[in-house]
Amino acid sequence: MKREHIFDHLILIIGALFMIVPVVVAFMTSTHDAVSIYKNGLQLTWGGHFEETYRAVLTEAGGFTKSVTGLTMLQNSLILGLGFAIGKIVISMLAAYAIVYFRFPLGTFFFWIIFSTLLLPLEVRILPSYEIVQGLGMMNSYSGLIVPLIASATGTFYFRQFFKSVPDELVEAARIDGAGPVKFFIDILVPLSKTMIAAIFIIMFVYGWNQYLWPTLITTDETFFTLVRGMKQILQVWIGAQIPDTNQAMALAVLAMLPPVIIVVVFQSWFVKGLVESEK
Amino acid sequence: MAGISLNNVRKTYAGGVSAVKGVSLDIEDGEFIVLVGPSGCGKSTLLRMVAGLETITDGEVTIGDRVVNKIEPADRDIAMVFQNYALYPHMSVYNNLAYGLKNRGIGKAEIDRRVREAARILEIADYLDRKPRALSGGQRQRVAMGRAIVREPAAFLFDEPLSNLDAKLRVQMRIEIKKLQKSLGTTSLYVTHDQLEAMTLADRLVVLNGGQVEQIGTPIDVYENPASTFVASFIGSPAMNLMEIERSGEGWALSRGEGLSLTCSLNETSAILGLRPEDLHIIEGDGAINDPLMLSVVVTAVEPVGAESYVHATLGETGQEIIVRAPGKQHFEVGSVLKVAAKKEKLHFFSSETGKAIALEGNLQPA
Repeated sequence: MKREHIFDHLILIIGALFMIVPVVVAFMTSTHDAVSIYKNGLQLTWGGHFEETYRAVLTEAGGFTKSVTGLTMLQNSLILGLGFAIGKIVISMLAAYAIVYFRFPLGTFFFWIIFSTLLLPLEVRILPSYEIVQGLGMMNSYSGLIVPLIASATGTFYFRQFFKSVPDELVEAARIDGAGPVKFFIDILVPLSKTMIAAIFIIMFVYGWNQYLWPTLITTDETFFTLVRGMKQILQVWIGAQIPDTNQAMALAVLAMLPPVIIVVVFQSWFVKGLVESEK
Repeated sequence: MAGISLNNVRKTYAGGVSAVKGVSLDIEDGEFIVLVGPSGCGKSTLLRMVAGLETITDGEVTIGDRVVNKIEPADRDIAMVFQNYALYPHMSVYNNLAYGLKNRGIGKAEIDRRVREAARILEIADYLDRKPRALSGGQRQRVAMGRAIVREPAAFLFDEPLSNLDAKLRVQMRIEIKKLQKSLGTTSLYVTHDQLEAMTLADRLVVLNGGQVEQIGTPIDVYENPASTFVASFIGSPAMNLMEIERSGEGWALSRGEGLSLTCSLNETSAILGLRPEDLHIIEGDGAINDPLMLSVVVTAVEPVGAESYVHATLGETGQEIIVRAPGKQHFEVGSVLKVAAKKEKLHFFSSETGKAIALEGNLQPA
C-alpha cells in the first residue's frame, strides 16, 4: 500500500516536472537580458530584468508597421478565446436544445450531420472557409476570426448527452408551472448545465486561444494579430542585425501560455465536476 | 375548486398500442379518487391526460365546466406531484415553490404569503433556503406537495408520490396526504399500484385493468363486493381465494378434485368461488356445521404476523391453494388437516367465462 503510494507519486511528480520545467526555464530565461542569454544559453535562475523585459514586450510597438504591442495582441487573443468559447457554447446549447426537446422532421438525421462534421476539421476545409470569409469581406475583423469557427459538433454532442440525462418529469413540472420553451431553457436548463458549461468553456477557450492557422490566414493587419500568431512575426523585426532578443521572445511565450494555465488552474474543480457528475 | 369528468377517454399511441380504452368517470368537487391497478393498466396515462402531459386520442376531459382537451397544462388549473418529486435541483425550496407563481405573474407579496403558508402547513419552514439535494426523501416529498398547494389549484394530481419512500415514511406521509386533502378540500386524483394506499386514501376507488375500468366504488364497497375476479384478487391482502367449482348432483364440487362441500344452488353449471381469508373460520374437533360451505384442507405453511396468522393450505390432493386467516396465538402443525367453513353471506361467485361477479340475490338458495 505504502510503496504503491510512493510509486504513484513518483510517476505523477515526473509527469508534472516534464510539463513544468520548460515553462520555468522559459520564464527564468525571460528575466535575463539578451546579452547574457546569448553568452550563457537558457537560464534556471532569476535574472533581475523581469520588469523591463515585460514592460518592453507589452508596451513597445513592434512588428513591421510598428503599430502593434504585446498588449494589443494579448487583447486580441482574449477576444478570440472568449468569443470562440462563448459563441460555441451558445450555438451548441441551442442546437442540442432543439435536437433533444423539439420533435421536428429528420431531427436525428440533422444531429448526425452535425456530428459528422467532426470528420472535417478546419485544416480540411480551410480553403473554402477562407474563400467564403474573404468573399464576405470579413478579413481583418474579429467576426472573421470568430464566427466561421463557432459551430461545434463536440459541444453539441456533450450538451445533447447532458440534456438527455435531465429527467422528463422536470420538463413536465416546468410545463405545469407555466414555463414555456424559452423560460424552461433559461430558468431550468442553463442553470442545470452550469458545470457542463464551465468544462466546455475551458476546453474551447484554450482551443481558441491556441488557434494559429486560422488567424494567420484571416489577419494581415498587424493590429488584429493574436499572441500565438504574432509572436514570431513581431520578433523577426525586433531581431535586426544585433543580438537576438531571446529574453523578449521568452517573455511573449510565457504571456501566451499564462491565461490558459490560469483558467485551467482556477476552474479545474469545475472542469472535473462538469465532465464526471451532474446536478440533477 | 371543481369537479373533473372524463367522458369515454381513449389513448392510442402512434404504434397502434391502446393504453386507455374508453374510461368514463365523474369526480365530484373535493373528492379524493384513487386510480389503482397493476403496472401497464393505463392509470398513469389517464392521469397524464388529465394533466395535459399526454394528448387525448378520443373523448373529453372536463375540469370545472371547461373542456380542457386542447388547453396547455399550465392553464388547466391543476397541480401535479410526481413520483421522483421533480424538484428544480438548482433552486432553493422557496424558489421551487414560488416558480410557478412567478410565471403566472402573481405579485411578490402574495407569493411570499402563499409560500410561507404552505411551508407552515407542511412543516418545511426551516428548510426554505436549502437546495433539494440537502433534504431527505420525506422532506423532498413535502416540498413537492408544497409546490402543488401554493398554486391553489382546482385539482391535485398525484402520480405514485409515495413509491420512492421507505415503508415507515410511506405510511406517515399517506396519513398526512389524507389529512391535508380533507382540510384543503381540493379535488384529488391519485395514482398508485399499491392497493393498501388506494384503500386507505380513497373516497372512491377506480380499479383499472388493461386500460378499462373494472370497478368504481368506495374502498369498502369494492372490497366487499368485487365486480370481477380481477378486482377480487387485486384488492385485499392476502388476496381472495379463488377456486373453480362445478355443479355436482345436488351440490357443488371443486373442478379439480375433492375437499369442498357447498350446499347451496346457483343457476349455473360452473362458477368461480371467491373466499376472503378472514371470512374462513376454523372448525374445532367435530363441531356441528350450519354453514353452507365446508372445506377440508391440509396445512402447508404458517405465516404468523403477530395479531394473526396466515395459514397456507391445499385442498385435499388437488393442489388448489388456499389461505386462511387465523387468530395469532393459535398453533398449527404443518401437514395437519383442518376443517374450515364460511357463512353464506361471505361467499362470492364469479362467472367462469367472463370473471364478472354473479349477483346472488334470488340466485343463491340453500339446497
